[in-house]
Amino acid sequence: MKMVILPKESLPEFIGHLCPFGELHVPVKVSEKSYAFGRVNDLSDIELNYTRTILPLKKYVFKPVDVMFNFCAATGYETTVEETDAKRVIFGVHPCDIHGLKILDLVFGGKYVDGYYSARRNKAAIVGMDCIPDEFCFCRSTGTDFVDTGFDLFLSDIGASYLVRVGTSLGDDMIRAADSLLREVQEQDRQAYKRRSTQRRESFQTEVQLQELPEIMDLEYDSEVWRRVGDKCLSCGTCSMVCPTCYCYAVFDELDLAGGSGRRQRRWDSCLFKDYALVAGGHNFRPDRDSRIKNRYFHKQRGFVSQHGRPSCVGCGRCKVYCLVGIDIVEVIKELRSEIRV
Amino acid sequence: MSKNLYQPVNSEIVDIIDESPTIKSFVVVAEEPFKFKTGQFVELTLPGEGEAPFTPSSSPADTEKMEITIMKAGRVTALLHESQKGQKVGIRGPYGRGYPVDDYVGKEIYIVGGGVGLAPIRSLFLTLVDRIQDFKSVVCRFGAKAPDDFIYKNTLFGAWQNIDGVDLKLTVDEANGDWNGNVGVVTKILNRGDVDVRNAVGVVCGPPIMMKFATLKLLEFGFAPKDIYLSMEKNMSCGFGKCGHCMLGKYYVCKDGPVFTYEQIKGYRNIWD
Repeated sequence: MKMVILPKESLPEFIGHLCPFGELHVPVKVSEKSYAFGRVNDLSDIELNYTRTILPLKKYVFKPVDVMFNFCAATGYETTVEETDAKRVIFGVHPCDIHGLKILDLVFGGKYVDGYYSARRNKAAIVGMDCIPDEFCFCRSTGTDFVDTGFDLFLSDIGASYLVRVGTSLGDDMIRAADSLLREVQEQDRQAYKRRSTQRRESFQTEVQLQELPEIMDLEYDSEVWRRVGDKCLSCGTCSMVCPTCYCYAVFDELDLAGGSGRRQRRWDSCLFKDYALVAGGHNFRPDRDSRIKNRYFHKQRGFVSQHGRPSCVGCGRCKVYCLVGIDIVEVIKELRSEIRV
Repeated sequence: MSKNLYQPVNSEIVDIIDESPTIKSFVVVAEEPFKFKTGQFVELTLPGEGEAPFTPSSSPADTEKMEITIMKAGRVTALLHESQKGQKVGIRGPYGRGYPVDDYVGKEIYIVGGGVGLAPIRSLFLTLVDRIQDFKSVVCRFGAKAPDDFIYKNTLFGAWQNIDGVDLKLTVDEANGDWNGNVGVVTKILNRGDVDVRNAVGVVCGPPIMMKFATLKLLEFGFAPKDIYLSMEKNMSCGFGKCGHCMLGKYYVCKDGPVFTYEQIKGYRNIWD
């Protein structure tokens, strides 16, 4: 993999060179402890020391509400080409969120390609950036603390400069555009990168054992843990909304006031919502909160493993940070493994 | 964007057949050729109201039109029941895996159906009858709550009773009027001697409770779990494994089903709930 060095003082200029590649979206601070990806007028508003954004990158490629097509009594169905299909450069993406996108690629790709997703995904350039985990991060346990694909460029902080890895030909175009700012990797950079690697590894405060978890979940299907977690859960769906890999959606039609035309839309859904598994005739496959939260954990840690060979959790910690009642995925898993009792 | 998977094909309801007090069949003609395999399902759109999954009840050999039998059960189905001939609708699909009819060649096919579950079964039945000489026999055991609740009454009480190679028996939970046939739930008319389980497949479709007890009965007769075909229903919304709603264990019913063998799903709890 091609690697070059970008001195930190050149970062603003480097970002300026990225702008011709698409609309720039960066992490920004939105409140004391909250960050979001968004546009900035001033490059100094970029917050590179962010922990995690409230919403992951899925908001760009799988919108919270999306028009699927229009319909009209006179002319039938019509898929509109969206103006927002513009190119974007998303800068400063952490490894867990890149893995989140790679998992969404599995879901929205395959035999049936979801056109809404792939159109936006293909137009999003990803410039990743490494990070130091906080107490909520457990991406090392999920194997998502490092990326070797899924980005165009990836910047690792090695002190006075960034080590820049080039992941794609688009990334190569980007560094060529900023050629004058970059230099070759030298001995002190190699040593600094290795120190950074050790520093990151030693910074993890949270660890959870995911090996054999699918089997343990099968064995603990009737565990009391689910009832206790279900008793706490508010079924608010926040964990699904902030999850980088929750992709469920609900579809609904919206009519114009005149009634002759309208549009079909989809919006993010959550398997924690009471009506999620409700079918015509009033039967609900998961009427209780414990059955719904169990389903969420089973899909992430059990069903996805069967389908795609890995859990769909990327260890970003958002579900724990934002849960209104403090349900902690790491504790739930440890409890299932009988390593702790909450 | 290239082909939009989610956009339905313009279609029209050209005829509506009253089947029972709560069930109607809709004859749908699509503007573009529309093919399916028996047991696969389609998404039917009522523009402005929404979309719901149904398994066509007609034979895939009829490529001019498609029949979809629908019980009035929820919002979209209630509105469909109020619609008239000429209603514009949309269809997309077909989706999922249907009945592997070619695997049934040379075998006895033991079909157990109940209520509106006869809809997918009718499509399968017509497909089998088209090439009845390929199968050892087609043995049908159908149930309904009351005589009037049977759908496809004309053929069920008539022509289907007299097809060489078909053995059809009916039962009702509660008799009334001039019904002089079997009374009792459908599992009451399943008998060990109906088919030779060593060379038979079972097909079960109906309400969950009926499917559960019919499957248990077939297992009791000695059917191997891999030879019992179940048409599972959940709220399949997208049709191809994206939206998440129809998850069953590691499967999506829409993409990996709706027809499953019992072998595939027997390891999961609460499959009937």
